[in-house]
Order: sequence, then structure tokens, then C-alpha cells
Amino acid sequence: MIQLTNDPIDIQAVVNQVTDRNCGAIATFIGTVRELTNGKKTIRLEYHAYESMAIKLLKKISQEVQDNWPDTNVAITHRLGMLEISEVAIVIAISSPHREAAYQANAYAMERIKEMVPIWKKEHWDDGSKWIGDQLERVAYKEGKPQ
Amino acid sequence: MITILLFARMEEEVGSSKIEANVSGKTIADLKSWMQATYSLEKELTQCMTAINEEFATDADVIKENDVVAFIPPVSGG
Repeated sequence: MIQLTNDPIDIQAVVNQVTDRNCGAIATFIGTVRELTNGKKTIRLEYHAYESMAIKLLKKISQEVQDNWPDTNVAITHRLGMLEISEVAIVIAISSPHREAAYQANAYAMERIKEMVPIWKKEHWDDGSKWIGDQLERVAYKEGKPQ
Repeated sequence: MITILLFARMEEEVGSSKIEANVSGKTIADLKSWMQATYSLEKELTQCMTAINEEFATDADVIKENDVVAFIPPVSGG
């Protein structure tokens, strides 16, 4: 299940969505708001999304996971709005019959989200505010779209 | 008319999240030139992705009447 929410994320509820009696592994990724980035202090983060397209792409990523790792279940919830330090911004839960697929699929899903899902965070730093581009600042989208 | 959606820094620079323009029949590249001339967004436009009706598009894609074009700056979810 794919969800965008303005409310705090109930991690257990996301995990419950992928609980499956034929799966012996659930890998969860929990992304939280970090205070220090390269020595700069974040006061809070603000997430915005192009919601309809973000949902569409999260569903696409979920499908890619299931194509690449058969018999997995995928749940992704992303928070929007204003978040304080240490609050949960994203939860990805993936269940699979055996653990290796769950670990790999979870890392894959997060990388794809960072590549192409239209969600943006605005860092409210103690010295001003700024929209963050891709976090490694290495993506230029020369073709006008992601790979 | 077409609808253009703007987000993040581009939305703030233009001062609006949604604008309308009479550019159907033109390409995304043409629209970028028009945006650049109208709103001085050169750096942002070279870094952003583009979507037509929620599907990623390239500079060569042609915009049709009533399309919704979104300029998508580098994303930073997660």
C-alpha cells in the first residue's frame, strides 16, 4: 500500500500491511529528520509533493520491486508538511519469504524514490531556509527525465 | 491553454504554483525557452525534469491543448 500523509507515521501500521504468513522476513527502512548536515544545523524540515504523480510513481516502484523480487509485499508511507528533528519522514516495509530479497528490495525502493518521486524538502536552517535539490547534488537530468 | 505546475524553489521564484500559457503545439524545449524569457529561471530549468500529464517527458515532446505540464526540480524525498 502506498500513502502520503500529513500526520505522524504509525510504523507498526505500515509493517502490518506487509505481514504475510508465507513471508519469513520483513525489512523496514525508517527515514528520520537529521539535525546536522555537514556541520549545518537544521531546525525543522518541510516536505512538499506533487501528490498525484508521487503516488503514481511510488506504485510504479512498488511494482518494480515485485517484478524483480517475486513473492514480496511492499508498503511505503511518506510524510508531508512540517517535521521536527528525529520525526519519521518515510517508512518502507517489504516482506519476502527469505531475508535477502527483503534487504535488497528495500534498498532498491529507497534509491528509486530518491531518483524520481516528486517530493521536495525545504530545510529550515538556523541561518535561513533552502530547498534541497537531490542530496548528493550530482543529478542534472540532462535528458529531462530520470534514467 | 495549458496548465504549468511549479514546485519548490521554482514555485517561490515565480510566486505561483500554477500558471496558464498559450503554448499548445510547441515542444517542452520551446516552453522552457518561454519560461526562461518570462521568469528568468535559467539555472532551475536546466536542472529540472518535466512531466506531461504526470508522465515524464523529454525536451522534444510536443504539448497539446489542455495538457498539464509540471516542472520537477531535483527531488529530495525520503
